[in-house]
Amino acid sequence: MRSLIQYIKEVVLGFYSLIQGLMLTLKYFTRPWKNIVEQYPENRSTTINIPERFAGEVVLPHDENNRHKCTACTLCEMACPNGTIKIISATIETEDGKKKKVLDKWVYNLGMCTMCAQCIDACPQDAITMKNSFELSVYDRNQLIKVLNKPGSKLKEKES
Amino acid sequence: MILSFQFSDITKWIHDSLSGMMSPGWTLFSEFVLAGIAMILLVVALAVILVYMERKVAGFMQLRIGPNRVGLWGSLQVFADVFKLLLKESFAPNSVDKFLFNFAPILVLAVSFMALAPISYGPGMQLWDANIGILYVTAVSSIGVIGILMAGWSSNNKYSLLGAMRSGAQIVSYELSAGLSIVAVIAMCGSLSVSEIIASQADGWWVFKGHLPIMFAFVIYVIAGTAETNRAPFDLAEAESELTAGYHTEFSGMQFGMFYLTEYINMVVISMVAATVFLGGWLPFHIFGFDAFNNIMDYIPSFVWFFGKVFFIIFLMMWFRWTFPRLRIDQLLKLEWKYLLPLSIINIVIVAFITVMGWHF
Repeated sequence: MRSLIQYIKEVVLGFYSLIQGLMLTLKYFTRPWKNIVEQYPENRSTTINIPERFAGEVVLPHDENNRHKCTACTLCEMACPNGTIKIISATIETEDGKKKKVLDKWVYNLGMCTMCAQCIDACPQDAITMKNSFELSVYDRNQLIKVLNKPGSKLKEKES
Repeated sequence: MILSFQFSDITKWIHDSLSGMMSPGWTLFSEFVLAGIAMILLVVALAVILVYMERKVAGFMQLRIGPNRVGLWGSLQVFADVFKLLLKESFAPNSVDKFLFNFAPILVLAVSFMALAPISYGPGMQLWDANIGILYVTAVSSIGVIGILMAGWSSNNKYSLLGAMRSGAQIVSYELSAGLSIVAVIAMCGSLSVSEIIASQADGWWVFKGHLPIMFAFVIYVIAGTAETNRAPFDLAEAESELTAGYHTEFSGMQFGMFYLTEYINMVVISMVAATVFLGGWLPFHIFGFDAFNNIMDYIPSFVWFFGKVFFIIFLMMWFRWTFPRLRIDQLLKLEWKYLLPLSIINIVIVAFITVMGWHF
C-alpha cells in the first residue's frame, strides 16, 4: 500500500515537473523581444551589452598616479595552470639601505590564457582583475604577449 | 454551412469541362494528375511553413532569434536550404547496397504521401472518401518504418543500423497505443470513414463530448504520435549526440532532403488525424446555447479551422521537442509497454462501457 502511494506520487510529480518545463519554454516563447542574443557586427558601436562578469582578459589596474598593487610575489605565476604569466622582478635599494623586490615586468600571454581566473583568486593583494573586453584578436602572435604594468609605474603602498 | 459555395462545386466544374474535352478514361487520368499536383503543392507549402516555424519556435524557446539573415525575418532561409540540398551531390559510399540505399528515401516519402489520401480538408475537399479511412492511415503510416530499416541496413554503417533498429522498435511499440486511442473514438462514433467521423462531431468535438476517457485518449495519442514521427523527446532513431544522424547518416543532398521532408509530412499526417478524430476536423468551434458566438464561428472558412487545429497540434509537438530531454531506449520502451499501453487498454474498456450504456452525448 505504501509503495503504491509512492508510485502514484512519483507519476503525478513527474507530470508536474514536465508541465513546469513546458510553462518555462512557453514563457520564453511568448516574449521573443526579451531574448539575450546580440546582433553583434551590426550593433558593436550602439546597443551591444557585454555583461560585467564576462572574462575577456586579465588586467592590472593602475590608479591615477600610475601606481599598481602588485608586489611581485609570483603567486599568480604559480597558480596559473598553463604558464600564461611570467613575473619579472627587480631588486632595488630603498633609502634606509634595505634591499626590496619590486615588479619589473608583468608579462601576460593572452594566447595561452584560458580565462580560468585562478590567478585572480590567488592574488593576495587583489592587484589583478578580469576585464569584459573582447575583439582581442591580432595578426601576429607576438602581439598577444603583453606587459601589463605601465612604464614607470610604482607599487601602491598600503596605508596603515 | 453559411457559404453556399463549396469546394465540391469547383471539382464538379473541372470534371464537367474535362469530360467535355476527352474520353472518360483520360478524364480520370488527368484528374488523378491534377490531384497529385495539388497534393504535392500542398505538401511543399506545408513543409516550407513548418521548417520556418520549427526554427523560429526553437529560437524563441531557447532565448534566440532564429533565422534572421536571408530575406525579411529570415523567411527565405528555407528556400536557401532547399537549393543548397538540390545542388549537392547525392553521394553513396562504396560499400552500400546501392538499390536499397537509393530506394529507401523514395519509399519513405511515397508512404507518407499515401497517408494523406483520405484526409478531409473541408466540406467536399477530400481525395478519397474511403469507408476505412482512419484504418488506412494507421496501416499505411506504419509502412514508413520499412523504408527507415532499409536506409539503416543498406548504409553499411553501425550508427545507421542502430538508429533504424531503434526506430523499428519504437514505431512497433507506439503504433499500439496510438491505434488504441483512435479506437476509443471509433467505438463511440461507430464508423471508420473520415467524413462520417467529422459529421458525427457537428454537435461537439469528441474531446468535449467524449467525457474524460476521450480526453485521456487524446493525450495518449499526442504522446504516441510524437513518438511515431521520431521527434524529440523520442528521437532515438536520429539521436545526433549518440548516433551522428541515425538512419540517415550516410545520405546527402536531396536524398537527405527526402528524409527531412518525410519527417515533416509525418508530423502533418499525425496532426491531421488528431484534428480529424479528436478536434472535429474542419468543423468550427461551437458552444451549445451561444447562437451569436456560433454564427460568428461559422463565418470562418472550414480550411482555416482545419489547418488551425493541425498547426495547434504541430505547435504542441514542437513545444515538446524543445522542452524535454531525450529518453533512453529502455525508458522509451518502459513508457510504452508499462504505462501507456495498459492505460489505453483500460481506457478502451471504459469507453466501450460508456458506449454500450449510451452515456455519451
